[in-house]
Amino acid sequence: MATELKSGKVHVQATINGEIVDVLAEPRESLLEVLRDHLELTGAKEGCNNGNCGACNVIMDGRLVNSCCVLGVEAAGATIETIEGVASPAGLHPLQDAFLENAALQCGVCTPGFIVAAKALLDENPNPTEYDVRWWLAGNLCRCTGYDKIVRAVLDAAERVRAEA
Amino acid sequence: MRAIQYAAPTTVDDAVSILAEHGPRARMLAGGTDIIVQVREDARDADVLVDAKHIPELTSLTVDADGVTTLGAAVPCYELYNDAQFAAAYPAIVDAARIIGSTGIQGRASVGGNLCNSGPAGDTIPALIVHTAACNISGPGGARQVAVEDFCTAPGRNVLGNGELLVSLTLPAPSAGSGSHYLRFIPRNEMDIAVVGAGAFLQLDGDTISAARVALAAVAPTPLFVREAGDALVGAPADEASFAAAADLARSAASPIDDMRGTVAHRKQLSYVLTQRALRGAAARAQGGSPSNGH
Ligand SMILES: Cc1cc2nc3c(=O)[nH]c(=O)nc-3n(C[C@H](O)[C@H](O)[C@H](O)COP(=O)(O)OP(=O)(O)OC[C@H]3O[C@@H](n4cnc5c(N)ncnc54)[C@H](O)[C@@H]3O)c2cc1C
Ligand code: FES
Ligand code: FES
Repeated sequence: MATELKSGKVHVQATINGEIVDVLAEPRESLLEVLRDHLELTGAKEGCNNGNCGACNVIMDGRLVNSCCVLGVEAAGATIETIEGVASPAGLHPLQDAFLENAALQCGVCTPGFIVAAKALLDENPNPTEYDVRWWLAGNLCRCTGYDKIVRAVLDAAERVRAEA
Repeated sequence: MRAIQYAAPTTVDDAVSILAEHGPRARMLAGGTDIIVQVREDARDADVLVDAKHIPELTSLTVDADGVTTLGAAVPCYELYNDAQFAAAYPAIVDAARIIGSTGIQGRASVGGNLCNSGPAGDTIPALIVHTAACNISGPGGARQVAVEDFCTAPGRNVLGNGELLVSLTLPAPSAGSGSHYLRFIPRNEMDIAVVGAGAFLQLDGDTISAARVALAAVAPTPLFVREAGDALVGAPADEASFAAAADLARSAASPIDDMRGTVAHRKQLSYVLTQRALRGAAARAQGGSPSNGH
């Protein structure tokens, strides 16, 4: 049985922030474009569109990815978490509280990427060292803060996550 | 991005027939961290992307009864460093997997994609070479095996012919008393392309080296296997004098260019220093320790 070559509008079904979502995506569209332009999930940002800045970070099947370097059609059947799914009806995620209280953002463009990336870290390791945090977040660029407050906020959030557990 | 077509075959044969039918306009898509960016930026003239990740042979990592590992071409870096058995058996490959791009890049980037992109600075390629990895290739004419050191032919080019794809890499069983290390020089600590990279593998018999391999990145049009450096170490003691002599051979073998990342002289000197450090790290691991320079 020969495999079909898909072009034009392709039906993609994925689980995004816990909901099953259907969308029509062209193969040339990135997952970032599908999220932002078709699903109105504009939390993930386009910084560089080539994998270097992390502003587009989402968690796909449990793994941190740069959604500008994923095709939307590749998301068929995948489970995706975006910044929009990080807070719960009960309130902000500890990372979001910690970012606010530690003044870890200025313009905020990089913040969704940092929070999603940091969440992927804390999901895997709720007790990271400062070195772990800096290494893990090396692919997230921030033009404003100088990074230090972001690193402090992630370490603070890790403490809160451990206290809740 | 210009319009493209996408296929997600579930068998190697199906992927081969799509690649063969569309010729150079079709490219495999593993993690996409090279190819998606290259197509978007018109650096690769491809308009059919063939997803590797629905083909079981390309996504599995298996170890047979003799300890021989088969690493599917599309397995991402992230899976390798989270696999304790793989990390213990092939530390240089994991050293490289940990420094490719960022955590987000490593969530998708594969070793097979790094090899097939065939960049002179591809970090996993020297690590594969020192571990004597072999490429399992399938195509319209059947299957063949090529040593990793013979795979890349020029910047961005390799031995894959029309319709051929990389299915997996075969890695020899690890043996007691062996160790390996890969490291690179970049101007910052992460997220950059190697100015020079060096990988080394050592097999020790007591304090004597019984087998050795050295390979370099970013000092030639392709990743470079420095066979003579490894050969010179065989029978020698695992000490600084031996490592310096081998590093000298690596420096002589390097034929780098001047570019924005570094000069010829700088790269020559780095070939020496990094080979020495890779050998020290490999020896430390062979003796049950770890390299002193972290990653
Ligand atoms: C921000 C950023 C940072 C990076 N940092 C580094 C770095 O530090 N070091 C480094 O070496 N690289 C780096 N890269 C490059 C890239 O991430 C790596 O080369 C990666 O390993 C490619 O793997 P992939 O699975 O994403 O490949 P893909 O992009 O899917 O494929 C790469 C190439 O190989 C071909 N291909 C893939 N699989 C097969 C197959 N099975 N058979 C035949 N052909 C195949 C594709 O057609 C394509 O031409 C970086 C890239 C980005 C965007
Ligand atoms: S927009 Fe994706 S990494 Fe910059
Ligand atoms: S807060 Fe402005 S880029 Fe980070």
